Amino acid sequence: MSTVNPGSRARKQIHLGVHFPGVNNTTVWSDPRSASQIDFSSFEHLARRAEEARLDFFFLAEGLRLREHKGRIHDLDVVGRPDTLPVLAAVAAVTDRIGLAGTINTTFNEPYELARQFATLDILSGGRAAWNLVTSSDAFTGENFRRGGYLPHAERYERAAEVVEVARKLWDSWGDDAVLADRRTGDFLRPDAVRPVDHRGKHAQVSGLFTTPRGPQGHPVLFQAGDSTDGRDFAAATADVVFSAHSTFEAGRTFYDDVKGRLAAHGRARDALKILPATTVVLGDDLQDAQAKAWEIRLQQVPGRTAIAFLEQLWGRDLEEYDPEGPLPDVEPDVDNVSITRGRVRHAADPRAVAAAWRAEAEANDWSIRRLVIEKTARGGFVGTAQQVADDIDRHVQEDASDGFILVPHLTPGGLDEVFDRVVPLLQERGSFRAEYAGTTLREHLGLAAPGRGDDPETADLTSATLVG
Amino acid sequence: MVFPYPDDHTAPRSVHLGIDLTDGGAHPAAWRAVGSQSQRLFDAGRLLELVTTAQRGLLDLVTFDDGFALQPRGRGAVQGRLDAALVASRLAPRSAGIGLVPTIDTTHTEPFHVSKAIATIDHVSAGRAGWQVSWSTGAPEAAAFGRKGPQGEADAVAEADEAVEVVTRLWDSWEDDAEIRDASTGRFIDREKLHYIDHEGIRFAVKGPSITPRSPQGQPPVVVSATSDEALALAARRADVVRVSAVDAGQAAAVRARIRDAAAAAGRDPDTVRVLVDTYVVIGADRASAQARLDLLEDLDGITWDTDSLTHVGTARDLAATVEEWTEGGSADGFHLRPSSLSTDLDAIVDQVVPLLQSAEIFRREYPGTTLRQTLGLERPANRFATAPVARETA
Ligand SMILES: Cc1cc2nc3c(=O)[nH]c(=O)nc-3n(C[C@H](O)[C@H](O)[C@H](O)COP(=O)(O)O)c2cc1C
Repeated sequence: MSTVNPGSRARKQIHLGVHFPGVNNTTVWSDPRSASQIDFSSFEHLARRAEEARLDFFFLAEGLRLREHKGRIHDLDVVGRPDTLPVLAAVAAVTDRIGLAGTINTTFNEPYELARQFATLDILSGGRAAWNLVTSSDAFTGENFRRGGYLPHAERYERAAEVVEVARKLWDSWGDDAVLADRRTGDFLRPDAVRPVDHRGKHAQVSGLFTTPRGPQGHPVLFQAGDSTDGRDFAAATADVVFSAHSTFEAGRTFYDDVKGRLAAHGRARDALKILPATTVVLGDDLQDAQAKAWEIRLQQVPGRTAIAFLEQLWGRDLEEYDPEGPLPDVEPDVDNVSITRGRVRHAADPRAVAAAWRAEAEANDWSIRRLVIEKTARGGFVGTAQQVADDIDRHVQEDASDGFILVPHLTPGGLDEVFDRVVPLLQERGSFRAEYAGTTLREHLGLAAPGRGDDPETADLTSATLVG
Repeated sequence: MVFPYPDDHTAPRSVHLGIDLTDGGAHPAAWRAVGSQSQRLFDAGRLLELVTTAQRGLLDLVTFDDGFALQPRGRGAVQGRLDAALVASRLAPRSAGIGLVPTIDTTHTEPFHVSKAIATIDHVSAGRAGWQVSWSTGAPEAAAFGRKGPQGEADAVAEADEAVEVVTRLWDSWEDDAEIRDASTGRFIDREKLHYIDHEGIRFAVKGPSITPRSPQGQPPVVVSATSDEALALAARRADVVRVSAVDAGQAAAVRARIRDAAAAAGRDPDTVRVLVDTYVVIGADRASAQARLDLLEDLDGITWDTDSLTHVGTARDLAATVEEWTEGGSADGFHLRPSSLSTDLDAIVDQVVPLLQSAEIFRREYPGTTLRQTLGLERPANRFATAPVARETA
C-alpha cells in the first residue's frame, strides 16, 4: 500500500511485460554473462524472476526465416530460437501466475490449428495465454512453407482479421463448462455444448466441430505489433494490447492518442486497449554512472562489423572495405538493390537522400561510421538511478505516453534482474504497480473484460448461466 | 537372459515399454469407471500425475494421440482434445527420464512448424522428445482446414513420407557446433554449418534452414503405427519405433520380420528399428476380477470391446509372462501398452508388472541415460549435412 502519494487510489496502474532477448543486435551475446538463448533454463530464469516481481506477462517474439545479408545468413547477431508455443507451454509448468504471450504469424498458419493451440495453452496455463498477431507476409519467408501462400502487402491485415474472426468463432463454439462427465448417463459433454462452425471467407474456409474446450479466459489476450495505418486500425478493432516501438515520451503520447482515438469508431472504450512500448533500462549509482554504462552497452551492441552491415542495408552494396572507425562512404547507395537484407524491413524510401543527410551529420559532429550507427539506432530507453527510472516510467504512464512497457533486456537471461530488484519495488511503493497478483488470469492482470460471444446468435447462449439454468 | 547392445557393451538390453496416455484410457467407457477423474480429463495436473507414474516405472515413453476432428458423439465416448505437442511440452520441465511423444498430423500441417515444435520439445526436455507421425483421410479434418479435399490412405501416407523427409532434414539443418560466439571475429554462428535443405518435392518445396538449432538428440525418434501396407512401408523406411498390431506371438514375429526386411531393403540396419506390439491391458488381482472390470466397462458401453491387437485381460503376472515369452522368442522388441483405464491399469503396470520384469532381468532398473534415444538403445545420429572441415572463407 502506498503511503507516498495521497492520490494513489486514482493512479493509473502500470502494466509490465518482459521480452525474452531477441535475435537482433539489442541482445549482446559477446558479454561473458550472456547465456544460451536456447536452453530452457534461460527461459525459466527470466519468467520466474518476472513472476516474483509480479509482472503482467512474459513475451516471445518470432521470425520464420533466418535473416540474410548479402545473400548469406546474417551471422553477427544472435541466430536461432526455439518454437514459441512449446516454450510457453513449458514455462507454464514452472510458473503460476505470469501471463504467457507468444508471437505467431497469421499468414503462414491456419486458423483451426492456431485456435486449438492457443485454447490448449490457455487451459494448460490456467488462463494465461496471449497471442501477439504479426502479419509478415513476404515471399522470402514463404519459401519455408509448403503452402507458399505469401500475400500482397495490402492483404496482410485482411487475412489477419479473418484468421482472428475464425479463431473467435472456434473458441466460441464450445460452451462454458462443457465437460459434464456424467458417469451415469454417459454424457461426457453437456448436450449441445459444442456447435458447428461454418466460415466461408476470402482467406479461410473452415467448417465443422472444434476439438478443444474453451480456455479459462474465453479467448486468449490478443496483442498486435504493426505500425502502419492498417496496423493501427486492426489493433483498434481487434486487439487488447498494442506492442509499440514508440517508447520516448513525445512519440509515445502521439502514438497513444492516435491509437486510442481510433477505438470509439469500433464502439470500444479507451481503456479496452493497452498500449505497451518496448523499452530498455540501464541503472547506475547516479545519472553519470548510468549513462556511462548505457554507452558501454551501445558499443557492445554495435561492433564495427555490425555498423558496416547496417550501412550496407541503406547503401545496397558491399562496404566491407570501409573502416568502421573512419568517415562515411563516399560512394552513392545502389537504389535498385533493395533486397540486400532479407527477413527485415528496409528503412528508407530514398536511400540517396538519407545517405547525404547522414554524411552531413557525421561530418558536422566528427562521427565515425560506428558512432553514426550508434546514434541512428538509439531507441531511447530509461537510463538513471533506480529512483529516476521509476519516476520516469510512472510519468510516462500517468501522463498517457503509454499504459506500461515491455522490458527488453540486453543480456540473456539475467539482464532485468536489477530492474526487478530495484525499480519494481519503487513502483509498488508508490501504488502504481501491483504488489500481489489480484487474479489468476492474464486478462485479470491487464484489467480486461471477459470476451463476449460476439453477435453470433448460434453461440450466444453457450454461457454457463444459460446452460446451467 | 541378458545380452548387450551392439554399441554399448555395458548396458543390459531391456524390453521396451511405451504407454498410451490418450483420453482416460483405451476403452471408450474408461472415463465412466470409478476413480477415473473424468472431470479432470483436460487438467495439466492429472496429466502430470500420469507421467510421474509412468516415469516411476522407468517406462520408455508415453504417447498422446491427436487429430483435427472432434471424436463422434454417442456411446458415451470422450469428446475433446488438447494439442498433443503442447501437452508434451507442458510436461517436460516436470519430468525426467521418460520419453514424451506427441502425435502430429502431416496432412494438414506445415513440416517447418512440425520440425521446430518437436525440436523445441527436445530442447525443453533435454532430449526426451519423439514424434508420432499421423495422417488424416477424413472429411472433417479436411473441412477444418479448407485447403484441399479428403485424401485416400496411399496418398496421405505418401504425403506423410515427404513430410517426414522434410522434418528430419530440417532437424539436421544446423550442425551441432554451428553456434560459435566468436567475439574476435564478431560472428555468433559459423554459417558454413547452417544448411538450406532446398527440398523440392512432389508435393511441396521447403527452403530451410530451420530457425531452431539442432536438438539434444539430433533426430528425435520417429514413431509410426503400421496400420496399413503403405504405413508399414513408411515405418520401415523412416521410423525408429514401429507400433504393430498382432494377436499372437507368431503374427508378431511375422510382422516384425517383414518390417526388418523392408528396413534392410531400404538400406537401414534393422537393429536400429524397435518394433512394439500394441497391447490393450485390463489387469485384475486374478483373471476373474480382470474380466469383471472389463464386463463393467462393456456394460457401460453397451457393446463388446473390439480391439485390433493383443488384449490382456488377467493378472500382472500373466502379462509379465507374455512380455517375457514374446521378447525372448524374438516376436517383439517391446510393447506399447494401452491401459483400458488409465486410473487403474497404469498403476498396476508400474507397481506390479514392471517389478516382475525386473526380477526376470528383462527390464531396466534405471534409465540408461537421459535421452529417449539412449533409453531405446539408439545412437545419436551423425548430421547428414556435416562434412569434413573445408577451408573457410576469411572475412
Ligand atoms: C514492436 C514491434 C515488434 C514486432 N515483432 C515482430 C515479431 O516478433 N515477429 C514478426 O514476424 N513481426 C514482428 N513485427 C512486425 C509486425 O507485426 C508487422 O508484421 C510489420 O510491422 C508490418 O506491419 P505494419 O506495416 O503494420 O507495420 C513487430 C513490429 C513491431 C512494431
